[in-house]
Amino acid sequence: MYIDPHIHMVSRTTDDYQRMALAGCVAITEPAFWAGYDRGSAQGFVDYFRLLTDTEPKRAAQFGIRHHTWLCINPKESEDIGLAREVLAEIPKFLDRPSVLGIGEIGLNKNSRNELVVLEEHIALAHSRGLLILVHTPHLEDKLKGTRLIMDAIAAQGVDPSRVLIDHVEEHTVRPVLDRGFWAGMTLYPDTKCTPQRAADIFEMHGTERLWINSAADWGVSDPLAVPKCRDEMRRRGHLDAIIKRVSFDNPKAFLSQSGRFSVK
Amino acid sequence: MSSPLRVDQVIDQYFLEHRAKVLDIAAFLDRHDRAAAAEGHPLSHESREIRMRALTRALELLRDGKPDRARRILELWSDPTTQPIAAAPMKGAIGAAPLA
Ligand SMILES: [Zn+2]
Repeated sequence: MYIDPHIHMVSRTTDDYQRMALAGCVAITEPAFWAGYDRGSAQGFVDYFRLLTDTEPKRAAQFGIRHHTWLCINPKESEDIGLAREVLAEIPKFLDRPSVLGIGEIGLNKNSRNELVVLEEHIALAHSRGLLILVHTPHLEDKLKGTRLIMDAIAAQGVDPSRVLIDHVEEHTVRPVLDRGFWAGMTLYPDTKCTPQRAADIFEMHGTERLWINSAADWGVSDPLAVPKCRDEMRRRGHLDAIIKRVSFDNPKAFLSQSGRFSVK
Repeated sequence: MSSPLRVDQVIDQYFLEHRAKVLDIAAFLDRHDRAAAAEGHPLSHESREIRMRALTRALELLRDGKPDRARRILELWSDPTTQPIAAAPMKGAIGAAPLA
């Protein structure tokens, strides 16, 4: 039994839901993100939010998987501040829907000024409503700088770091994120993020407190079964079942339950 | 929480996988150098291309015998600046910042 706390089912097939259920997935959370193309208008995001809050929970329920979501305009589409503000104005209309856990995945992509402005406005929205935050950190060479800028932006607004998960950490960002009191997510994504082996290494080096794993499976080369594969890697190394359950079930449940909206059988 | 594996188990469990990865890097450098030689470009160890310089420097770091190689390589490849940039020039990232 496991939770995949970051996966983009909008880009996956119903077969993937079936395979995830067979592998023991009981709950997922799906952050709003860049779908591989830029939407032409705020209405494009409104339709996306309907899909996230209405369609996907039903599709997941067919396989006994609880679906939850996070809303935002993602950093890759935040360079256009005018569009971003139009989308930000739509988000409150969806925040009372029962499967919405908070604001995410917000963050930075190229660490630009406009991205930072839009990030700050999302943080303010989450903070004013007491919502959890799920953070996307930039890719590759931009990650370390972006992670620092994001943590500073969150701290500047006085948000409690225990209500923020900073995702896509790797060996160079995991320690600073945990040391500042945030939760951290390791994304098991081929080529550009963590492998199951490196994630298991990071648990061995940094412990399991406030740390989880996810697949972030989406429209790119990615693996919706990455979480059970990491569980299997830990089992092969001889880690105790209780530890494997802690990182793939107990930890995401503990963080997500702070929303008051997260449910798992 | 430490690794439950003994050193001989680490080697038994992972050696073949990483033997193959070393050969992948070797074949990649050979492939680069065949193309570079044919076009009259510098070979990989003398390349000024950002990514090839980053890779070559990382390979040196692998052999320095110090711990935390993965963290140190990721730091080596990271943008060292601290201020937001004026505007995003593209959506993607190439995998390494220019080395000093
Ligand atoms: Zn994502």
